[in-house]
Amino acid sequence: MKIEMRTVGDVRILDCSGKITLGEGTMAVRNTVRDILKDNGKKILLNLANVNYIDSSGIGELVSTYTTVTNNGGQLKLLNLTKKINELLQITKLLTVFQVFDSESAAIASFS
Amino acid sequence: MIRLANEIEVIISSALDNLDLIQTLTDCITNFMSFDEDSAHWIGMSVRESVTNAIQHGNKLDLSKTVDIRFEVMPDRLSISVKDQGNGFKADDIPNPLDAENLLKPSGRGIFYIRTFMDEVEFRSLSQGGMEVYMVKKVSSN
Repeated sequence: MKIEMRTVGDVRILDCSGKITLGEGTMAVRNTVRDILKDNGKKILLNLANVNYIDSSGIGELVSTYTTVTNNGGQLKLLNLTKKINELLQITKLLTVFQVFDSESAAIASFS
Repeated sequence: MIRLANEIEVIISSALDNLDLIQTLTDCITNFMSFDEDSAHWIGMSVRESVTNAIQHGNKLDLSKTVDIRFEVMPDRLSISVKDQGNGFKADDIPNPLDAENLLKPSGRGIFYIRTFMDEVEFRSLSQGGMEVYMVKKVSSN
């Protein structure tokens, strides 16, 4: 699991790649988002285009991160879901929770 | 009718580091059986979720306890059994992750995914203690 952060305006974009599974992968997301919140970042966009594997713990981490960010007065949105992540979110009704985008520019614009 | 089956059994300690080993083995078996890419992925995920539950919730990460994973390769199906040495649980007591009050819970989706992606799933209490998850994916349901 690897996360690279970019900033566009006041939006922090996290380019995630690899696996988000129980343990290292889920901790990477959690720690990175925690650091952004500490730095007073409020607008976070998770780019999942290059996440090639996610398990139920990874999905749970997305949910947990969403809750943490929201409770801190921020917004967390998802960008570029893979077909499999989309399916996992859909069958557990989580597409009704997350705002999901296929276009980075549209996602960034939605924060303003 | 003659039904030939190949059985592969692996016994691992209750270390989460073993998940990738089991995932790799599962991928090899589904590739050998020529499951399509999507089915192979979901079988692999179902096995991973079952073994994760066995290690984490069943054996509670106790390295002295083992998880027994058995694959039965048949012409028309792949059956997989995952046994732990824990205290067991009642599958029907697991909250439905689709209920509104559970939607934002960080856990509780693994068994739901297994039931969604496999053709048959049974949860069996073992007489010697522990729990077995038995699941089947039919080749024809690719």
